[in-house]
Amino acid sequence: MAFVTTTDLIPLIPELILLGAAFVVLLLDLFAPGSQRTTLAVTTIVGFVIALVAEIQLLDSGATGFYGTIVADGFSILFESLYLVIGILTVLLSLHYLDDHGIGFGEYYVLLITAVVGMMFMTSSLELLVIFIGLEIMSISSYILVGIRRRVPESNEAALKYLLLGAFSTGFLLYGISLLYGATGSIRIPEIVVALQEPGALNNPLAIIGVALIIIAMGFKVAVVPFHMWTPDVYSGAPTPVTAFLSAAAKAAGFAMFVRVLLTGIPLEAELWKDLFWAIAVLTMTVGNVMALMQNSVKRMLAYSSVAHAGYIMVAVVVGTPAALSSVIFYSCAYAVMGTGAFGILTVRHFGKTPDSYDDLAGYARYKPCLAFLMSVFMLSLIGLPLTGGFIGKLQIFQAALEEGWVWLTVIGLLNSALSVYYYLRVVVCLYMREGSVPDGAVLEVAESPGFALTGLVGAASVVVYLGVFPQTLLELAASSVSTLF
Amino acid sequence: MIVFFYLFALISLILALGVLVFKNPIHSALSLVGTFFCLAAIYVMLNAEFVAVIQVLVYAGAIMVLFLFVLMLLSTKDNDQYALKLNVSRGLAVAITGVLMIQVLTAFMDPTLRFGEPGAYPVERIQEIGSIALIGQLLFTEFVLPFEVISILLLVAVIGAVIIAKRRVP
Repeated sequence: MAFVTTTDLIPLIPELILLGAAFVVLLLDLFAPGSQRTTLAVTTIVGFVIALVAEIQLLDSGATGFYGTIVADGFSILFESLYLVIGILTVLLSLHYLDDHGIGFGEYYVLLITAVVGMMFMTSSLELLVIFIGLEIMSISSYILVGIRRRVPESNEAALKYLLLGAFSTGFLLYGISLLYGATGSIRIPEIVVALQEPGALNNPLAIIGVALIIIAMGFKVAVVPFHMWTPDVYSGAPTPVTAFLSAAAKAAGFAMFVRVLLTGIPLEAELWKDLFWAIAVLTMTVGNVMALMQNSVKRMLAYSSVAHAGYIMVAVVVGTPAALSSVIFYSCAYAVMGTGAFGILTVRHFGKTPDSYDDLAGYARYKPCLAFLMSVFMLSLIGLPLTGGFIGKLQIFQAALEEGWVWLTVIGLLNSALSVYYYLRVVVCLYMREGSVPDGAVLEVAESPGFALTGLVGAASVVVYLGVFPQTLLELAASSVSTLF
Repeated sequence: MIVFFYLFALISLILALGVLVFKNPIHSALSLVGTFFCLAAIYVMLNAEFVAVIQVLVYAGAIMVLFLFVLMLLSTKDNDQYALKLNVSRGLAVAITGVLMIQVLTAFMDPTLRFGEPGAYPVERIQEIGSIALIGQLLFTEFVLPFEVISILLLVAVIGAVIIAKRRVP
C-alpha cells in the first residue's frame, strides 16, 4: 500500500483553505472584542471567496487523491461552489441579525465554515465512510447553529428535535452502509458498483435493505415526506439566516449525495426503486404545498414550501436520465438562491421587529420599497414565473419528465405549482396592497436596512433574474458535470 | 461458540428492553451498561478484540459514568414521568416498526442472501498480524483521510460544547 503524498491533497485545497479560515476566525474571535464583529464576518467571506477561486482553478484539473476516493470532478466543483456562494450570502444576512438578537458568538462563523467543509467532503468523496463523516460534520455544526440562541425556548426545542431526529437518521445511514459493506465487501462506491454487477448480486436482500436504509437517511436530510416532520419546527425555531442556510445548502448537499451515491453510483434495479421514488415525490409536493397553504407564519410557510420544492426535485430523481439529473443540479442552485433570498428578507427588522406573520409584512411597499420589490422577485421565482430562475428550473424538470413519458407525474407537479401560487402571492399582496400601520412609539429608523444584508439580497435577486434570462451558462455547466458522473 | 452468541444476544436484548421499561432512570442506565458489556462480548467472538476493549472503555466506562452523573444531578422524585406509556399513536408506531422488523428478519433468512468477498483482511490474516497492529497500519495508510477528517468533527463538537456551556454571552 503506497503512502499518501502531498499531491493527494490537491483536490482538497478548497477544504483546506476553508479550514484555515475557520482557525483564523476562531483566533480573531479571541482578540477582537464585541465592537469588531464585522472583522469576523469579513474574514469569513474572504475565506469563502478564496476557496471559490480555488474551486474554479480545479475545474479542468480532474485531480483525484487518497486512492481515488476524493475527486474534483465537474459535479463536485459545481456543488461545492454553490455551498460557498450560499455561505457568503448567509454571512451577509447574519451580521445585523446577530446584533439584533444579541447572539454574540464569534463561533457562529466558524460553525458556518465547518458546515460547508462537511458538505464539501460529502460531495467530493467516493468513500461512504468519508461521506458519512462529512455528513456528520455538517449536521453537528447545524445542530449548534440552530440552537445558538440559548435563552430562546423555540430555539432550544428546534435544536433538540433536530439533534434527536438527526442522530436517528445517522443510525439508519450507518446501518445501511454496514449492510452494503457486508453484501459487497467494500465501502468505496466504484468497488461496490463492480461487486453489484455480478449476476444475482442485485437481488441480494442485504444490498436491498442497505440501500433502503441509506435512502431513509438521505430522505431525512433533504426533508422529503414522510421524513419531513422536523422541518417546520427546526426551520422556524432556528435563527433566520441559519434557516436560509439549511434550506439552501444542506438540502443541496443532500441531493448531491443522492445523485452521487444512488443515481449514478450503486446500480440497483431501477424499477424496484422507481415506485418508491414517485410515491415520495408526489407525497412531498402535495403535503408540502397543502401545509404551506395553511400557515399563518411566513417563516413556517417558507419551511413547508421548501419541502414542496424538494418534491419537485424528487420528480427529476424519479426520471433519472442525464437530462433530469442536470435539472436536479439547476433546480438545487436556483432554489438555493431564491430560498436564501426569501428567508433573508425576514431577517431584516421592520419597526424594530423581525417580521413573522403575513400581517407584519403589510406596508412594506410604502416604508421599505426596496425590500418589498426584492421579496416579490423571490416569490415570483418560487412560483416559477418566466424570467426567473425558478421558471427555468421547473421547465427543465418537467421537460425531462415528459420526455420519459411521466405525463401524470408532470400534471401533479403542475397542479402543485398552481396551488403554491396562492400562498406566494399572498405575501406579495400583503407587501403591496395592505396598508401597514406604524406601531405606537415606533420610529422609522433611517438606516434600518443594513448594508451587508441589502448587498446580499440584491445579489441573490440578480442571480435569480440572471438564471431566468440567461440560463444557458449554468445549464451547460450542469449538463457537462453530469456527463462526468457516467 | 454459536451458543454463546445467542446467550449474549438474548441478554443484551432483555437489558435493552429494560432500558425502556424501568421506571427509575438509574436502573435504565445500569441495564444499558449491561447491554454494552454483552455487545463487547459479541465483538470478542467476532475477532474484534480492539473494538471490544474500546466498547468497554468508552461506552461502558466514560459515557455511562457521564449518564449516571447527569441523572443523579437532575434526580427528580417523580419517576413516573419517565415510564413507558402506551397510547394510540405509539401503538401504531409499534405496529409499523414491528412489520418492518419482520420484513428485515425474513430478508436475513432469504436463501439468496450472500455476503461479499472477505477482502484483503480475512480472519486468518487478522489473527496473524493482530487486530490492533492492523488497525494502526490501516488508519495511517488506507484510511488516513477519514482518520484526519474525524478530527474536524471532534473540533466542531468541542466548539459546540463550549457555546452551550459558556456562562455569559459577551
